[in-house]
Amino acid sequence: MSMPTYLGLPPFPEAAAAALEDSQLRHNLAHATGVIRAKRAGVVAELSDWEQLRAAAKAIKDHTLAHLDHYLLRLEETVTRAGGHVHWAEDAAEANAIVASLVHAAGTDRVVKVKSIATDETGLNEALAADGITALETDLAELIIQLGHDRSSHILVPAIHRNRSEIREIFLREMPDAPRGLTDDPRELAAAAREHLRRAFLSAKVGVSGANFAIADTGSLVVVESEGNGRMCVTLPETLISVVGVEKILPSWRDLEVFLALLPRSSTAERMNPYTSIWSGAAPGDGPRDFHLVLLDNGRTATLADRIGRQALRCIRCSACLNVCPVYERVGGHAYGSPYPGPIGAILSPQLRGMSSPLDQSLPYASSLCGACYDVCPVAINIPEALVYLRSKSVDAKRKKKFSPERTLFGVTAWGLRSPRRLKAAQRAASASRKLVGRSGTIRRLPPPLSGWTDTRDAPAPPPESFRAWWARTRGPGSTPEDRP
Amino acid sequence: MLIDCGDVRGMGPMRIALFVTCLTDTLFPGTGQAVVRLLERLGHQVEFPEGQTCCGQMHFNTGYRRESLPMARGFAAAFAGYDAIVSPSASCTAMVREYHGQLADEAGDARLARAVAGIAPRVHDLSTLLTEVLGVTDVGAYFPHRVTYHPTCHSLRMLRVGDAPLRLLREVRGLELAGLPDAESCCGFGGTFSIKNPDVSAAMCADKVAAVHQSRAEVLCAADNSCLMHIGGALTRQRAGVSVMHLAEILASTEDQPAVPRGHETAVTP
Repeated sequence: MSMPTYLGLPPFPEAAAAALEDSQLRHNLAHATGVIRAKRAGVVAELSDWEQLRAAAKAIKDHTLAHLDHYLLRLEETVTRAGGHVHWAEDAAEANAIVASLVHAAGTDRVVKVKSIATDETGLNEALAADGITALETDLAELIIQLGHDRSSHILVPAIHRNRSEIREIFLREMPDAPRGLTDDPRELAAAAREHLRRAFLSAKVGVSGANFAIADTGSLVVVESEGNGRMCVTLPETLISVVGVEKILPSWRDLEVFLALLPRSSTAERMNPYTSIWSGAAPGDGPRDFHLVLLDNGRTATLADRIGRQALRCIRCSACLNVCPVYERVGGHAYGSPYPGPIGAILSPQLRGMSSPLDQSLPYASSLCGACYDVCPVAINIPEALVYLRSKSVDAKRKKKFSPERTLFGVTAWGLRSPRRLKAAQRAASASRKLVGRSGTIRRLPPPLSGWTDTRDAPAPPPESFRAWWARTRGPGSTPEDRP
Repeated sequence: MLIDCGDVRGMGPMRIALFVTCLTDTLFPGTGQAVVRLLERLGHQVEFPEGQTCCGQMHFNTGYRRESLPMARGFAAAFAGYDAIVSPSASCTAMVREYHGQLADEAGDARLARAVAGIAPRVHDLSTLLTEVLGVTDVGAYFPHRVTYHPTCHSLRMLRVGDAPLRLLREVRGLELAGLPDAESCCGFGGTFSIKNPDVSAAMCADKVAAVHQSRAEVLCAADNSCLMHIGGALTRQRAGVSVMHLAEILASTEDQPAVPRGHETAVTP
């Protein structure tokens, strides 16, 4: 239940305020998310049975999660039968230690990696480095992040916050074999990365991947990608290690069909992605001789125990929710302090990590509850519902603390709003205070915490008469038809 | 769903309870008055159950679930026995319909759960009450101004009111309906989000305000006073000269009693 490389980050509102200052970032994100949003809507509209597919995906995931123990044991059995080895990791440290020992056993100190958020979550690269092992990211965006000593800011497009001239600078600075005359033309940049990576692919003894899906019936792992680097990582090295969250499991091949219809359209807005690699265990003379599957818990079974929060485990990491989120669009991914940014991150990270840090307590509040994320989610995760639920968990966890100004305020207002008599008295007091705020009908400055409102917006002044008072005067007992306006 | 007759005489007189919401009750009484005037003009009988206070949405959405439970109980007590309940807030309507039942279940209160199951489907936001329950789109309104409509998130994605508000506005005489760019994107209000994440909220609001300016409307209309308070607060801060008005106020406006865009007059006096 830890994400070691994300410790000690500031709460969301602070990090978001800093990100909002970056107008280039806002421009890049608005453009990028706007384009993908429109394309996704287009390809989703092509399928008349999209809603049925969504419902099927939700049902398959819910069923699998409800019987996770069964399907995990089945997967262990089928992978082992197919010649693979299965390891169980309770947390990030255990997963990293397993991978490190497997790399050492393979007699190397270098690995090539397929884009994997699970290993971002465990901080695998940093852990391997501490053990004398160099991990090379081979996904173009992940490579940009790694060379730039940066963090991913998007599930699908980790370097979405970088523009091409920044990428050129990073390559020239950090890639010893980058051509000297490299321009910021995307094709040249991709070619430079390809050259750089090709040598590594051909010499690497160990590949490390995640997986989009793991099929319990056959012990097959599935990686869905666009660049082909994943295909090389899972076929060229002698040893392949896949670190996979326990929630990635699907019962059978038939179930995969549903997800392969949903995932590319939701993520890259493609009808089908260019490369889908599927392998089962290890086969002599074809691909890796040695296959290891590391099944990662790291907070997942704790999340599964939660009635409302568990739906976050249905996530297939498509990032459609990020692309439609008005908060993500303006702030970017770094403020979420996790490899899982955006709406899904706001409900997943605090559950995987627990809600003890100020950052994790702030994440469920990083949403205006507009609901756009729920609408596009291919597995129908009701993100707004989970957000408000996690907020209540955050509030309840702090109830034992002696004093909180916010809790006092909410307690008092709840007490006032429970009774029509007290509400009426408060309204009368508000109307009487009207003279204090001037004649403009608006209030320009309020004390904290309400100053957060009036820093950029006027607040309405209370009216001379509440609706309730107007009703009593014009329609209540003792009023006459002449009182009616 | 009833057949839409597009006619003010589409339905016999009904007894309709008004759930005015605490925000509109306290800060925007003109909207509540407009709902009353409009429904009475259409021949219906409006009642205001005086036991009503608040649906508890602000507390619920901020994480104070425990505090919102008594408000859900109060709501069920105040509105039991009405065939139709109307609210000028899509957001509060959605709170009752989507979450009061969940609160009852969590509290293990079977009596409340039964009460909510009976009441929640009868709670309608104004636009659906008019178009679906009463079957009216032309309410005989007159409002000679250029208006743009912001579909609030909860009306759109929780209540799924669709284009009901636009159908109502299109029938208003004199009204020129202007398109709002990127209309379906959130204005950034989000209840306490506007206080807890003021910078992000303001950035979202700035984009919405820019879209309102692009529409060249005199009046921004929506079906939720909370979002209007937020966007309107930014508009008056900028002295933008664009007013905000609730859908009910425009629909209540007639040639005999024309509504004055909010901000052009500080209070509505009956």
